[in-house]
Amino acid sequence: MNWITNYVRPKISSLLAARQVPENLWIKCPETGEMVFHKDLEANQWVVPTSGFHMRIRAKDRLGHFFDDGAYELVDLPTAAVDPLKFRDQKRYVDRLKENRAKAEMDDSVLVAKGAIEALPIVATVQDFAFMGGSLGMAAGEAIIKGFETAIAEKRPLVLFSASGGARMQEGILSLMQLPRTTAMVEMLKEAGLPYIVVLTNPTAGGVSASYAMLGDVHIAEPGAVIGFAGARVIEQTIREKLPDGFQRAEYLMEHGMVDMVVPRHQLKGRIATLLKLLMKAPAQDDGGLADGAAGPSVSAPSETDGEKDKPEDAERPPVV
Amino acid sequence: MHNYLEFEKPVADLEGQIIELKKIETGEDAVDVHDEVERLEKRSRDALEDLYKKLTPWQKTQVARHPDRPHCVDYVARLITDFVPLAGDRYYAEDHAVIAGFGRFDGQSVAVIGQEKGSDTQTRLKHNFGMARPEGYRKAVRIMELAERFQIPVLTLVDTAGAYPGIGAEERGQAEAIARSIAACLDLEVPIVSLVIGEGGSGGAMAIAAANRVLMMEHAIYNVIAPEAGASILYRDAARARDVAQAMKMTAQDLMGFGIIDAIVEEPLGGAHRGSEAAIDAAGRHIRAAFAELGGLEGSALKRQRREKFLAIGRNL
Repeated sequence: MNWITNYVRPKISSLLAARQVPENLWIKCPETGEMVFHKDLEANQWVVPTSGFHMRIRAKDRLGHFFDDGAYELVDLPTAAVDPLKFRDQKRYVDRLKENRAKAEMDDSVLVAKGAIEALPIVATVQDFAFMGGSLGMAAGEAIIKGFETAIAEKRPLVLFSASGGARMQEGILSLMQLPRTTAMVEMLKEAGLPYIVVLTNPTAGGVSASYAMLGDVHIAEPGAVIGFAGARVIEQTIREKLPDGFQRAEYLMEHGMVDMVVPRHQLKGRIATLLKLLMKAPAQDDGGLADGAAGPSVSAPSETDGEKDKPEDAERPPVV
Repeated sequence: MHNYLEFEKPVADLEGQIIELKKIETGEDAVDVHDEVERLEKRSRDALEDLYKKLTPWQKTQVARHPDRPHCVDYVARLITDFVPLAGDRYYAEDHAVIAGFGRFDGQSVAVIGQEKGSDTQTRLKHNFGMARPEGYRKAVRIMELAERFQIPVLTLVDTAGAYPGIGAEERGQAEAIARSIAACLDLEVPIVSLVIGEGGSGGAMAIAAANRVLMMEHAIYNVIAPEAGASILYRDAARARDVAQAMKMTAQDLMGFGIIDAIVEEPLGGAHRGSEAAIDAAGRHIRAAFAELGGLEGSALKRQRREKFLAIGRNL
């Protein structure tokens, strides 16, 4: 706080803030309370280095870490009708969308990318919780459908990273319709004989878990991720009982047979590549997948960096199309 | 004697007066009240018509949940003969929130899957207020698969506030069970027709409503979330359910406008609870028409039609 915060006009101050804040931001580990420098978090894929706590990661960061050499091509996403309900609660939905677009720097909550992991071409669909809680509305539904369509058209396996509180309330019944729409695409991918891996990240709930996110051939969860249908608050209010420890956490779901494995973020790529190569009957790689993305031809734009480890640069990735 | 909803008070008053008058008519000091009764009956009919012509979404919510509204068991009793209910998901339990089995509709074999809310304390508890657990959805899948094996069309009757939120339901994979049930609907190579008879709440309803034809009773509602739950998410205040009901566009008329449902089944004046036989018969006519339209299609065409229909939803709004 100094005189400038009072005298600079709000617009300019927010511009300044946007540049300055990430440079000196310390983030609290939700588990241990330890303060971590944001650059260290970012370099470690938003996993707290000491506690291993998995924080939320932006869709673009996820893609950059996941693909070989950080190289991928974003798939153009179809547009969807905007605010057909003319919805407003405390705010108009169109205003909420505008704010989220500016804040999250995305049109909606889903990205679809093509690229390779350990030289195996795949399609990845990523939900970003930063955009309205990753909620599933018409635009997100179209994007998820596009991901399946791309995988089917190019005969590639699909890896989907789910992160969503569920259906987007502001789109009412039209958001509920994304359940059968996306599920139809899951069935079509399966009929095309292509593998479908779901990586359940924190959180995956409601309509998202009750459709494409729980229909994977293989379910992988990130440690500690909350995964379920009904929210914990709703359950508590309904049954008026305290919920068991670890309820709806990734490890709990694995114990109850709903996920195949709980895999830390740094190991996801290797595990998924190994698994997909088995399912696709592709030969194992010479380096056994030890080097995290070090081998294999890149699919599109070559990366500016060579090693995957400790990347000093920030979230800015090589330009993608 | 009716169970009146709050907004039906003008009608309740008039009908109360009619009853009182009729008592006088038959009492010791009998007076001829015939004309007066007739006049009041007309007024009450008009009042009812006025009310039901322009029900607000929140009023529709109350009508859709009216205790005397015909439920799944009433539809099955009136429309289906030789009904043989089947029980159990073969994994864990029998879920009474979902009624499933085989019977005859117009003499032809049909599989029926429906959500039953119950109509008094005892049956409501038995059917868990129509809120299914994973077992209910897995039973639905089981019946759908059976129906397909024997090339029997499927009829689903939707009436639930949502899937049951509980510890056990979550542990046994509520989300997965719903997802699989939606997928099972979409994979069917026999005709499937869904009718939302009261409340179509969230994924719990969607699980059995991915059909070739989706019909809705005139005063039914169908939404991504029950208005109360929506209000507690959007406003952190369940008491704002009325506003949410208004904003969310969840009436049959709204859904018809969005192209989400295929037909609206007209209800008798004053709602299905004032004439459940007429309402169910009207539903029967629509179901018959829907199956007739689908009758000529091959299995693969039925599956394709269903998927394309859902994929097209929202694309021309």
